Amino acid sequence: MANRWTNTLSWNDVTPEAAFLNRRQLIAGAAALGAAGSIAGSVSAQDSGDALEPNTWEEITGYNNYYEFGTGKEDPARNAGQLTTQPWSIKIDGMVDNPGDYALEDLIAGLTVEERIYRFRCVEAWSMVIPWNGIELKDILDVAGVQSDAKYVAFETLVRPSEMPGVASRVLDWPYREGLRLDEATHPLTIMATGIYGRDIPNQNGAPIRLVVPWKYGFKSIKSIVRITLTDEEPQTSWNMANAREYGFFSNVNPNVDHPRWSQATERRIGGGLFAARQDTLMFNGYEDEVAAMYDGMDLAEFI
Amino acid sequence: MIGAFNSGLRRVPAWPLYILAPVPVAWLFWLAVQGQLGIDPTKSIEHQLGLWALWGLIAGLAVTPLRKHLGLNLLKFRRAIGVITFFYVLAHLLVWLVLDVQFQNVWADIVKRWYITIGMLGFAFMVPLALTSNNWSIRRVGPVAWRRLHKATYVVALLGALHFLLLVKGFQWEPILYTGVIVSLLALRVDWRALGARTQARA
Ligand code: HEM
Repeated sequence: MANRWTNTLSWNDVTPEAAFLNRRQLIAGAAALGAAGSIAGSVSAQDSGDALEPNTWEEITGYNNYYEFGTGKEDPARNAGQLTTQPWSIKIDGMVDNPGDYALEDLIAGLTVEERIYRFRCVEAWSMVIPWNGIELKDILDVAGVQSDAKYVAFETLVRPSEMPGVASRVLDWPYREGLRLDEATHPLTIMATGIYGRDIPNQNGAPIRLVVPWKYGFKSIKSIVRITLTDEEPQTSWNMANAREYGFFSNVNPNVDHPRWSQATERRIGGGLFAARQDTLMFNGYEDEVAAMYDGMDLAEFI
Repeated sequence: MIGAFNSGLRRVPAWPLYILAPVPVAWLFWLAVQGQLGIDPTKSIEHQLGLWALWGLIAGLAVTPLRKHLGLNLLKFRRAIGVITFFYVLAHLLVWLVLDVQFQNVWADIVKRWYITIGMLGFAFMVPLALTSNNWSIRRVGPVAWRRLHKATYVVALLGALHFLLLVKGFQWEPILYTGVIVSLLALRVDWRALGARTQARA
């Protein structure tokens, strides 16, 4: 069931064609990726005001919230290098026909990896545009065989103190946990990313495999997943456990509902430099046409 | 040792501090404009100025205990420390206003977001202190009333610590450690023996 969605943001849309071709060539040579990043930077400097320019490799991989590696934005890039991501297995359990520990290569063998250029909106009111490579989560769930009474999907991140210096302090109740309703999980926009800019996803971005749910605040897109559980009860999620008043289960991007700490009406696009103007935040992060129907009849100010 | 240090310090004037203080701030902006301040320069500047402001409050609170307990006399620098700290908080506030929220929802943020409310309260308390940090004001207000007024620095430091405690996400040690330092510096001022005697007398 791959290819159920076509990019609304594509290289052709977002950059002048010459720059696009130029950069494509660079990206084809994986070693040149650092250079591709800096070219992207100079392009955005030329046509400033083009909000859909993807962020550079340096920005995407150097500015992360991944508290298992420290609470500073630059800590993950510094500390995640030592994480062992091979071998990697994912336990799939709960209401599935084929529960078990799946080796990652076996789990995704034969599934289609697509390029998806998505807006990424953090609850802290900053945003990026990221060219992911990933597999529709539905395809992975189909391997395990979801049973008909399952209603939710729960996810867990790896906890490995020897390689994750951040888990020594109890910033959150580890392991990091997230969850989706089954219809959200099987929506064509929801992917499990294994790459960025055509390269393997770096550790600080959630290697070797992470969730990406582009219409929800970034913390829902859980990283370095080791467990997927199908259940019929709303699963516990880490930020909701830490502070239920501030972080709801749904956490859909919504400019009309303020977070207690941040107005969500506008956002700062990372990469614009010191004097970049804030931009309006879009309902469901710009994916309203695709996802709004799932929330028909729900009061979005109540179900945050 | 301390005696030699104190007499050495007597020859060092305080005024160069006012000239040196803007240098790190200018340096920070220079780095940001050059793209040397990380991927999100706005937040880097905002956070750095906030931390420096907190250091300034701590330095100001440390002057009296250092003299009382170690004999180190930095009293002549205290006014400069206080005034400079005020300008750091002001710069921190302006970065928030101009570069971060860009004048949007300012009033809503101040009344709705607790950590902003507390930070603003801290800043508001500092304004009269900064305005009266000159000899003319001391004469005008009278030294006793002036000293009472400037006890508001204790409140400002506690508000600064509370602001930091409230703004971090999840459970983090850094603001707790800063709060510990500030509370300790305040506790060193309490004359516990007199306090004990008073409670005993009352009992
Ligand atoms: C007594 C005065 C103040 C002190 C001592 C102070 C101190 C601090 C400190 C230590 C930080 C955290 C730095 C870090 O994370 O490394 C901070 C962050 C911050 N402060 Fe202040 N501050 C004060 C007043 C204010 C005021 C008046 C405002 C705005 C109205 C303000 C807005 C902020 C903001 C927006 C942040 C960053 C929050 C984030 O992480 O997004 N502060 N401040």
